[in-house]
Amino acid sequence: MFALLKREILLSIRAGGGALTGVLFFLAVVSVFPFAVGPDTKLLTHLAPAVLWIGALLASLLGLDRLFAQEREDGSLDLLVMQPHPLAITIFIKAIAHWLMTGLPLVLATPLFGIMLNLSPLGIGATMITLLAGTPAIAFIGTVGAAVSVKLPRGGMLISVLVLPLVIPILIFGVAAITGALEDPAPFTSPFLFVCAITLFTSVIGPLAASVMLRHSAD
Amino acid sequence: MTTETIKPSIWAFANPTRFMGFANKAIPILAIITFILLAVGLWMSLNAPEDYQQGYTVLIMFIHVPAAWLAMMSYSVMSISAIGTIVWRHPLADVSLRSAAPLGAMFTILALATGSLWGKPMWGTWWEWDARMTSVLVLLIIYLGLIALAKAFDEPSEAALPLAVMTLTGFAIIPIIKFSVDWWNTLHQPASVSRFDRPAMGPEFLYPLLIMALAYMAIFFTLHMMSMRNEVLSRRIRTLKMQVARKPKTGEA
Amino acid sequence: MKLIIKNLGLTRASQAIVSDISFKLQAGEALIVTGENGSGKSTTLRGIAGLLPLNAGSVKLLDETGKQFEGEMREYCHYLGHQNGMKPALTVRENLDFWQKFCGNADMTIEEALDEVDLAHTIDLPFSYLSAGMKRRVSIARLLVSDRPIWIVDEPTAGLDAHSVKMFTNLCKAFCAGGGILIAATHLPLGIETEKTLEIGR
Repeated sequence: MFALLKREILLSIRAGGGALTGVLFFLAVVSVFPFAVGPDTKLLTHLAPAVLWIGALLASLLGLDRLFAQEREDGSLDLLVMQPHPLAITIFIKAIAHWLMTGLPLVLATPLFGIMLNLSPLGIGATMITLLAGTPAIAFIGTVGAAVSVKLPRGGMLISVLVLPLVIPILIFGVAAITGALEDPAPFTSPFLFVCAITLFTSVIGPLAASVMLRHSAD
Repeated sequence: MTTETIKPSIWAFANPTRFMGFANKAIPILAIITFILLAVGLWMSLNAPEDYQQGYTVLIMFIHVPAAWLAMMSYSVMSISAIGTIVWRHPLADVSLRSAAPLGAMFTILALATGSLWGKPMWGTWWEWDARMTSVLVLLIIYLGLIALAKAFDEPSEAALPLAVMTLTGFAIIPIIKFSVDWWNTLHQPASVSRFDRPAMGPEFLYPLLIMALAYMAIFFTLHMMSMRNEVLSRRIRTLKMQVARKPKTGEA
Repeated sequence: MKLIIKNLGLTRASQAIVSDISFKLQAGEALIVTGENGSGKSTTLRGIAGLLPLNAGSVKLLDETGKQFEGEMREYCHYLGHQNGMKPALTVRENLDFWQKFCGNADMTIEEALDEVDLAHTIDLPFSYLSAGMKRRVSIARLLVSDRPIWIVDEPTAGLDAHSVKMFTNLCKAFCAGGGILIAATHLPLGIETEKTLEIGR
C-alpha cells in the first residue's frame, strides 16, 4: 500500500507538475475575483473566506477525472482490481495521494492568498485549518464521481457537476467555521467538527462506493 | 535504426555545439560583468539620500523597479524566441524561450514581493489591488502557466510550437490586459491609496537605478545563458538515454 | 492445483459473447485459446480472470485435496491484457517495483526478471523511452517479479520480434514446468508439451 502511495506521488510529480497546476488554478481563481467584485479592500476581506473556499473547491476537482480513467487507458486498472487486498483500501490510498498532491499544496498556499485578500492572521489560520480538514472530503467523494465516469472519454465536466452538489455541506460548515473564528457570537468549534465528521464519513463511504462501481465497470 | 530514434529533424538545422562553445566562453565574462555592475549598483543605491516622504523605504525601489522592468524584458525575450521557433523552427529559439520563462517568473515574483514589502509602510497593507501590482500579478500567472505547459509534454521538442504560439498570443493580449486593468482600477479608485508617481526623479536616484537595471539585465543574460546550456545538455542526455534504450543488448553493442 | 471451468457464459452490452465453455487444467498444463477476431477470446480470458461478471457457469480453483482455494480467482492470476499497465513517466524499475510490492509474493528480483527479457540495460530509463516491443517485454517481466500460480495472457506476443517470441515461449515452458497453469490467447502454438487448445467460434 505504501508502494501505491509512492507511485501516485511520483507520478503526479513527474507528469507535468500536478501540484503546481492546482495551486496555479487556485491563484488564477482568487485573482479573478477582485476584477469582478472591485478592489474594495473591506469588501474583499469580508468575502475572503468564501473566495478561498470556492477557489480550493474548484482546484480540488481538477484532475479527479483522471484518477481512474488514466489507469483504465493504460491497463493498470485491471491489475489494481486483481488483488487480494480490498479494492476500497486501494481507492482510499489513491484519494489520499491525490489530496496530498492537490489539496495539501492549496492549504499551504492559503496564507499567500489570504494576504492578498487582506485577511487577518486569525482568519488565515482558520481558513487553513478548515481547508485542511475539509478538502480531503472532496477527494473522497470525488473517487465516486471518477469511478462512475471512468469509461467516459470526457468525464471532467460531468464529475464536477456530480460532485459539486455533494460537497455543499463542507462548504457551508467550512465557511461557517471561519466566520465563527472571526466574529464573536458565531461558534467555531461546532461547524469545524461538522467538517471533520463529514470528511471521516466520506473517507469510508467514498472509497466503498467507488470500489463497488469499479468492480462492475470492468469490460 | 538510430537515425530514426534520435529525432534529428530539429537538431539537424543548427548544431548546438557552436552555441555550447560560445556559452562556455561567454558565461564567465557575463558573470564578472554582473558582479561588477551589481557591486557598483548596490553601493550607489545604499548611498542614495533618504527620500523626504518615504525615508529609507525608498531604497526598496532600487531592487523593485528593475525587477519589474526585467519581468517585462524577459517576456520580450521569450516573444522574440517564439518568433524564432515559429518562423525558422530554430531549436535554440525554443531552448531560449524555455529557459527565459522561469527567470521571468522569478523577476516577477521579486517585483511583487518587494512591491508588497514597499506597500506595507506606504499603504498599511501587504497587498493592494492597485493597477500596477495587479497587472504584474496577471503577468506572473501567465508565466507560471507557460512553465506548466512546457513541463506538461513528455518530449521537449513537441512542446516547442505550442509554447511559442501561447507566448505570442499572450504578447498580443498583454497590452489589452494592462489597459483593462488600469481602466478597472480607475473605475473603482479608492480614495485612500496614495499615488507616488513623481513627474521627475532626481539624478541621485536615477543613476543608481539605471546601474541596478543594467546589473539586473546582466544577471538575466548570465542565468539565461547558463540555463540554455543546461537545457541543451539535458536534451543530449535524453537523446543518449533513448539510444541506450533502443540498443538490442548492452553486451553486443 | 486444478482449474475447472464449467459451462462458462459471458455477455457484453447485453449480448451473449461466449457460452458453454468448459475445460479442466492441471498444474503444469497450458491452454491455447484460438478463434477469429471478435470471437470472444479476450472476453473469455477476462471472465476467467474475474474481471467480468460471469453470466453462467463457474470458475473453480482446487488444490490437491480437492478443496477450493480461499478468496477470489483474481487473487491467484497474473493477467497480461492488450495494454501493458505501465506508467510512461516512471522508470522501468519504478514500474516493476510498484507491481512487485503491490501484487505481493515477490519472486525474482527486478534485475533478474529484466535479464530474462534482455532488458537489463533499460532498468533506470523512463518507460516512455522504450519501443513498443520492449514495453511488451517489460510487462512480461512483470509476470516474473511476483509469483502467482496462473498466468492469463492475451496476445502476449503482439509487437514482439521472432527472438523475443522465442524468449517468451521459453519463459512459458519454464513456468508450466514449475507447476503453473497458463491460459493464452494467441495464434502461435507455444510448443509446450502439456498444451491443450480451445477454439472459440461464434
